Amino acid sequence: MSQASEGSRSLHLSQVTKEFASFTAVDSLDLDVAHGSFFALLGPSGCGKTTTLRMVAGLETPTSGSIRIGDTDITYAKPYQRPVNTVFQSYALFPHLDVHENIAFGLRRRRSAEVDRQVKDMLDLVELDGQARKKPHQLSGGQQQRVALARALVNGPDVLLLDEPLGALDLKLRRAMQIELKRIQTEVGLTFVHVTHDQEEAMTMADTVAVMNAGVIEQMGAPAELYENPRTTFVANFLGQSNLIAGKVLGRDGDFVKVDMHGIAVSVPAQRAHTDGTEGWVGIRPEKVLIAEVGEDIDAPGNHLEGGIVTDVSFVGVSTQYLVRMPWGQELQVFEQNTGRRKIFAHGEKVDLSWRPEYAFLLDSSQDVNAGIEDD
Amino acid sequence: MAALTAPARAAEDSAKRVGGSRWTGYWLLAPGALWLGLFFVVPFYSLVSASLFDPNGSVLTGYKVNYHVGNFATAVKDYHPELLRSLWYAGLATLICLVIGYVLAYAIAFKAGRWRNLLLVLVIAPFFTSFLLRTLSWKLILADHGFVVSTLQHLHVLGHDGRLLNTWLAVVAGIVYNFLPFMVLPLYASLEKIDGRLVEAAGDLYASPFTAFFKVTWPLSLPGVVAGTLLTFIPAAGDYINAQLLGSPGERMVGNVIQSLFTSSQDYATAGALSLILMIIIIGMVLVYIRKVGTEDLV
Repeated sequence: MSQASEGSRSLHLSQVTKEFASFTAVDSLDLDVAHGSFFALLGPSGCGKTTTLRMVAGLETPTSGSIRIGDTDITYAKPYQRPVNTVFQSYALFPHLDVHENIAFGLRRRRSAEVDRQVKDMLDLVELDGQARKKPHQLSGGQQQRVALARALVNGPDVLLLDEPLGALDLKLRRAMQIELKRIQTEVGLTFVHVTHDQEEAMTMADTVAVMNAGVIEQMGAPAELYENPRTTFVANFLGQSNLIAGKVLGRDGDFVKVDMHGIAVSVPAQRAHTDGTEGWVGIRPEKVLIAEVGEDIDAPGNHLEGGIVTDVSFVGVSTQYLVRMPWGQELQVFEQNTGRRKIFAHGEKVDLSWRPEYAFLLDSSQDVNAGIEDD
Repeated sequence: MAALTAPARAAEDSAKRVGGSRWTGYWLLAPGALWLGLFFVVPFYSLVSASLFDPNGSVLTGYKVNYHVGNFATAVKDYHPELLRSLWYAGLATLICLVIGYVLAYAIAFKAGRWRNLLLVLVIAPFFTSFLLRTLSWKLILADHGFVVSTLQHLHVLGHDGRLLNTWLAVVAGIVYNFLPFMVLPLYASLEKIDGRLVEAAGDLYASPFTAFFKVTWPLSLPGVVAGTLLTFIPAAGDYINAQLLGSPGERMVGNVIQSLFTSSQDYATAGALSLILMIIIIGMVLVYIRKVGTEDLV
């Protein structure tokens, strides 16, 4: 592979819009994916992530906007003229060809030299040596997945697109393949663009995650950044879980914003406050909330919430998950690690809650507090 | 093909438990077996007997089986031009049917959208009138002073006294017309099953639409091609209506010979032998064809 300059093979989408007869699937999307990165497009079904992927693959044509790889405009290039390959959701392996020929398909179309050696190397990479002469239907789901990956990778594309590649696998295999995919990506050093609705999958594998909703990107960044500092209620709810509590902004005090939360004054770091309004949603992740007996000293100086009553206790092994009803009627989620040093509270007990101010975030009150909460 | 897989065996075991008697399966076969016995084995036996009749028999003196194998030699000697012509016409018609039928089936399967069902009905629609009537109307259409011939003469495609009726072209065209639905339907069935994403995947893997067709769509449609060509070729090779109505004696096919031997000259011995020869040739060709195209590898 000639690696003239890294920047010349990065993927750029600018102002890409795709309208179908009755709705807009993708709305003025801007996206830059650096060469060699593992990029995830995360969102619920119907958010436009697959349409975005198909436009990069050339299987759909944007209504407007442009798609470039490096300096080459590929917006209207035919699928077979793009340095892009896809791992399809249902693999789409050719049933009449064996594993070897499936993988060799792209190489043969481009009259590549040493097809057999390249296919063999690829089979080694995905750990399928010895399966070369089997037909796809003789393979397990996980093996088919690897063939689909090998078939795309062997062409050394500038960008590899993965459309829910692990969706058809069971949970255990999915975990194994996540690690596997990450290993392969690091090994080959290609740009992977991965579309998924599974937030855990996106966070485990990708360097950069873009959370997509209703045709636009809500927020983009490293997984930890998105999780710790969401900018919208959708991201806060879709990526993990969040407690969102209505509050009135009292004012700004240096690096902190003071918020009145049903009579309790809490503070949120200024760089985590994503609203200019007078009202907002105070957000805090359940595992950042500490729970204690009434009056007990809590190791979280700052925001202190009294008068909670435990309404639900779920013991899940590594942690205990509580629902705590606050005086204003809202139930907050609290996850506590089972370190063995803390007592496990029972249903109906009175408790105090607290969290360190630096973990809280503040979101705009105009956003739907239930956005991004999955129904399942 | 291969040995039973484990789940298949398990299913079989449970079927046994539920089914009770091990004879149930055979009883269920009985109606089909009876049908085959009555309408295939018995007539076939009588055909074989006829082919071994004493060639000197007649309606007046009666026929008797004297194992006269010479009937086969006579049949080949006297009627090999018709036999070869039948295979040639049927083969040509099958090839034309395949080309037209493939385009039609492809269009219905992939391009027709909501018109798909209507088009399928239109393909079958000719069956609502009799085979004979339809062929007779072609006789009118292709007649010497009909508009087709005069138009073609006007355009100098046909010579001044050129004609269509009673030519080999008319016979082959008639066969193509009459057997086209038998080609289209199996082709449609196998094309329609092809996952469009496979073609997308081929495009993604640098295949132009043309290459994608020959590397993916065509091989995946081979079961339909095999079924369609057999369903067309076999009856076409034995057909006599088209040659009778649209051809002249110069276009006689083996079907016409058998028909006239049976009904006019009552030479049952030669007719029977000729029928068996046609059958054996077709079975032989079909076996070679299936071996060659090899649908077993296909899913």
